[in-house]
Amino acid sequence: MTAASTIVSSVSGRVVSVRGNDIDTDRIIPARFLRCVTFDGLGEHAFEDDRRGLKAKGQTHSFDEAKYQGASILFVNKNFGCGSSREHAPQALMRWGIQAVVGESFAEIFFGNCVSLGIPCVTVDEAAIAKLMAAAEANSTASWTLDLEAQKISGPVSETATMPEGPRSQFLSGKWNPMSELLSHLAEVDSVGAALPYVSGRW
Amino acid sequence: MARRVGFNPAFTGAIFYFDVPAMKQNLYNKVFDRHVVSRLSSGQYQVFIGLHLVHEVTSPQAFALIRERGLKVRFPNRTFATVDHIIPTDARERKRPLLDSLAEEMLQAIEKNTAEFGVNYFGTDSGRQGIVHVIGPELGLTQPGMTIACGDSHTSTHGAFGSLAFGIGTSQVADILATQTMSLGRLKVRKIQVNGRLGPGVYAKDVILAIIRKLGVNGGVGYAYEYTGDVISNFTMEERMTLCNMSIEGGARIGYVNPDETTFAYLKGRPHAPQGSDWDKAVEYWRSVASDSDATFDDVVTLDGSSLAPHVTWGITPGQSLPVDGAVPSVSSFQESEQQLIREALEYMDLKEGQKIEGVPVDVVFIGSCTNGRISDLEEAARVVKGMKVASGVKALVVPGSEQVEREAEAKGLPEVFRAAGFEWREPGCSMCLAMNPDKLKDRQISASTSNRNFKGRQGSPSGRTLLMSPVMAAAAAVTGKVADARKVFRLG
Repeated sequence: MTAASTIVSSVSGRVVSVRGNDIDTDRIIPARFLRCVTFDGLGEHAFEDDRRGLKAKGQTHSFDEAKYQGASILFVNKNFGCGSSREHAPQALMRWGIQAVVGESFAEIFFGNCVSLGIPCVTVDEAAIAKLMAAAEANSTASWTLDLEAQKISGPVSETATMPEGPRSQFLSGKWNPMSELLSHLAEVDSVGAALPYVSGRW
Repeated sequence: MARRVGFNPAFTGAIFYFDVPAMKQNLYNKVFDRHVVSRLSSGQYQVFIGLHLVHEVTSPQAFALIRERGLKVRFPNRTFATVDHIIPTDARERKRPLLDSLAEEMLQAIEKNTAEFGVNYFGTDSGRQGIVHVIGPELGLTQPGMTIACGDSHTSTHGAFGSLAFGIGTSQVADILATQTMSLGRLKVRKIQVNGRLGPGVYAKDVILAIIRKLGVNGGVGYAYEYTGDVISNFTMEERMTLCNMSIEGGARIGYVNPDETTFAYLKGRPHAPQGSDWDKAVEYWRSVASDSDATFDDVVTLDGSSLAPHVTWGITPGQSLPVDGAVPSVSSFQESEQQLIREALEYMDLKEGQKIEGVPVDVVFIGSCTNGRISDLEEAARVVKGMKVASGVKALVVPGSEQVEREAEAKGLPEVFRAAGFEWREPGCSMCLAMNPDKLKDRQISASTSNRNFKGRQGSPSGRTLLMSPVMAAAAAVTGKVADARKVFRLG
């Protein structure tokens, strides 16, 4: 967990793709790895069961391929990160090396957890992600840049990549970790609490 | 026009009175507005969280963070913790230290953190331990008009009372511990109206599986779901909890039911519910947060409850379900972009296109979880299995959702009924819903489960398989050893 926010206006690096719709957080980090009191060491277990399952069939998950080691941008399809609210999922991806995710759509809690970690999740349409994944797989050494300011993902091909205005301005202003700002309004917090009968006990 | 307490979203932290039209508001926006503290520089809202529920899995890093920053828990009296995910359900395995040293470490962490920060904690044998989404309602902590957050996606359960209840990640647990607030955007609201009357053998579980099947597992992204209609009005509170619980499986972080007489009757007399002269005032307040009769919504969807059959999932997402008398769909019946997932699901589940779901053999039956581990779920299952036997070769377990559910079940003689039928009767916890404790599927075992997720590997074996269904359908699977139509097995209706 990062305590201090910094401006996140772009992320550059190589790309790894994980194809498939509705990839849930149990698949990103299986529940048995949640038996921990810190997030340390989660990176090596990202997609653990998918990786093992493919290995058993003589196939290789992209997270296991040598050519994708060191990638920092993840390409995905629809409804990525659905299911459990476990922050362990983006923590595992982040600790594996992922700093930005580009996909067709994201589950809401996962998206919010990524915001809290300074990992932008941007949305592209179905045709665009097909082109992006094909380009990234054709050339694993290519360098890509996600520009949050211009809302664009660029590499061998370029596509528009959008994010709702609220979280986007959190990244661009360096306020994706809101705790400091939340702490600066404690007097108002107390007055809102006092006005709620169930908090004040004054029905 | 009416005078209401309100908040100026443009800014000012101050609460003031202003005139607004008395009608046309839905519950979501009324409750949201009352909890806004400030507009953050990003444009997001700082929202007051009225009830913060905490469990052992998603909180240790949050407590560590606020300790590191020298912060305190801002509203310890609005923060309640328990242990549910990692706790063994076999009574002999609950002795300390737990056999699993990692689980023991997590248990010690929640005990230490709650003691250090002055947070209410319900440990095992406190009489109040249980799945966090079972104990909140039964203790009367969950009430209409609240904002409720917990580091657990099934926090949507508490929406059954007309509260805005949603899951959060660990960073937000830390935000709420330190400030009792978090940063949020405003959702759209979709009204889901379920008309008619459910047939015999059809339950809240079937309604929510049908809704997710219709709207998709990501259909609710960006929305809060308001459930309404005759079927929902006629539901008990426990049925409403089952319904709201799985909102998140449809992509909706929040699902709620407007508070009504059923809600108030459930809450009356519970330990944390308002008492004495406060009760009538509380009921008046709770009525005021319900959606106005002419409230507006961003979307409206209607379902006919009368035509619903018991549902069973066949695939690897909660949207992949079908009526129990149906057949596994063909790949070609889906849009091209979905076909790969359907093929993957068929292969993982080892099912064939066109195969009847009825008759698929099961190895394990799990009755429990925050979806279906409440007293009415267990009573209904016990009622149908009474005098019958679990099929040979099937391992069947019943896990009460809380120590209170366990006590009520014991008082009604349910453990004896289940044991006589060949079920194991366990201690309370999340158990085989996500298998963070010793309750796990082995290898390719297939489970008939009353839980909420049929994801790959969800029940503890990386290749294990899950069929989601209602408690009575799970009971039918237990006694027949396969997926069966509970209406026929138990001659319902």
